[in-house]
Amino acid sequence: METTTINNNFKSEEYFINMGPQHPATHGVLRLLLTIDGEIIKKVEPDLGYIHRSIEKMCERDSYQQIVHLTDRMDYLSSHINNEAVCLAVENALEIEVPERVKVIRTIIGELTRIASHTLWWGVMGMDVGALTTYFLGFRDRELINDIFEETCGARLTMNYNIPGGLMYDIHPNFVKRVKDFIAHFKTKLPEYDRLLTGNVIFQKRMKGVGILTKEDAISFGASGPVGRGSGYSCDVRKHHAYSALDKVNFKEVLRTEGDSLARYEVRVQEMWESMSIIEQLIDNIPEGDYKVATNAVIKLPKGEFYQKVEAARGELGVYIVSTGTKNPYRLKFRSPGFSNLSLLNHIAVGGKIGDLVASMATLDIVVPDIDR
Amino acid sequence: MTNEALQNLISSWIPELEFTEEGSQFLNITVQPEQLHQLMSQLKSDNETNFDYLFCLSGIDWGKELGVVYHLESTTHRHIVVIKVKTEDRENPTLDTVSNLWSTADFHEREVFDFFGIKFNNHPNLKRLFLTEDWDGFPLRKDYVDEINMVIK
Repeated sequence: METTTINNNFKSEEYFINMGPQHPATHGVLRLLLTIDGEIIKKVEPDLGYIHRSIEKMCERDSYQQIVHLTDRMDYLSSHINNEAVCLAVENALEIEVPERVKVIRTIIGELTRIASHTLWWGVMGMDVGALTTYFLGFRDRELINDIFEETCGARLTMNYNIPGGLMYDIHPNFVKRVKDFIAHFKTKLPEYDRLLTGNVIFQKRMKGVGILTKEDAISFGASGPVGRGSGYSCDVRKHHAYSALDKVNFKEVLRTEGDSLARYEVRVQEMWESMSIIEQLIDNIPEGDYKVATNAVIKLPKGEFYQKVEAARGELGVYIVSTGTKNPYRLKFRSPGFSNLSLLNHIAVGGKIGDLVASMATLDIVVPDIDR
Repeated sequence: MTNEALQNLISSWIPELEFTEEGSQFLNITVQPEQLHQLMSQLKSDNETNFDYLFCLSGIDWGKELGVVYHLESTTHRHIVVIKVKTEDRENPTLDTVSNLWSTADFHEREVFDFFGIKFNNHPNLKRLFLTEDWDGFPLRKDYVDEINMVIK
């Protein structure tokens, strides 16, 4: 009779769990398929497409003015910057020089958008690691920016303030005063953010040394925005390919070399200071002049290919237009920052715990419609 | 490096390449599918070019041909080049992967496979990314028809 040895040792076993598509930490309908061994993550596989609308295909049938409106629905937290990317691409293709006034206003609102996006991120970042108060503080300050946007263009989120050739309307007479009031207010509130969360021992322990991304990997994965800069990778499009009025202002590109979750966190908090500095340099000297230049009612781009990159709140947004000379693009590709940043999630999460995955993912600042374009 | 210097250097590696700057702000290089991987790995590894940042990878349906456009930038030299590769085989289009050179190509090539049906040799995990596995056809191709979901003007 065959003898069998009974192995009494408990053997660990890999198994799958689903995180999402309805999960508070995925900030939208993103499903992660986790392969875990105990609580150690072996593999993270994102399952995308729950809210894919195929904006790129829709662009092929729409006019260039209409396309601007679709870009709001990608990364809805930096809608103004997305609009700007398409407008700049179209203006460069048509060789339109927009008035200085337009450039300055675009930059101011772009930086306000960045602050609004980062305050929201800061709020939900704290919430993801268990600090609910941050959520209310972040939303409180973001609300003030949304009020400015509402007064400027009637919309709080999907702004559509940019059009090819300039702006939809001129700024509201209150604009300058309200922006200055906001900056004065936010300068007193931002140190509060640090006191409440950044220095918190529990928070530090959850963030430090977790989710490490080296500079080489950051470049290879196409990381951009604060994710890349947290790894010491100088990738600020505002510095390397300045657009609008960004070549006239002085600001520091915030870099950290640690590459962990805390570094990405600190880059975003510091960037809010830099954005405020950019706004302060411009707000008193908005040039007089027109707020748009006339374009044809039907915009036809010349035959050729046009690429425009801008620094959206989450990183590098690229617009690649292939035109055959008609009123629609032949092909339009959005290189979205969230898509590339998400692709490195597996890389930084493997070997860690599920709780760390939530914290690391929060520092990637994922917005799902930006990934599912 | 200037576009001219880049062109001189790159054409010394592979003579059959086509260069053009017409209708684009960057230097465009068209390469045959067989030479794609050789060119890409040399562009990345050569110290003078050092294209370490693949910032955009787009699939395109040119009508007769399908293809991929790669936008490359060097983070040290800050020059940009655009590589184009085309294949006339619409039934079974196949190109070599570059995901072993740039990790970002992994997801981007899956997106191209999903929407254009271009297969990538040696890709570690080539399956649909956004659409479900049983989806019929490739929506971003020009000849794709979906009478229910598409509003055609």
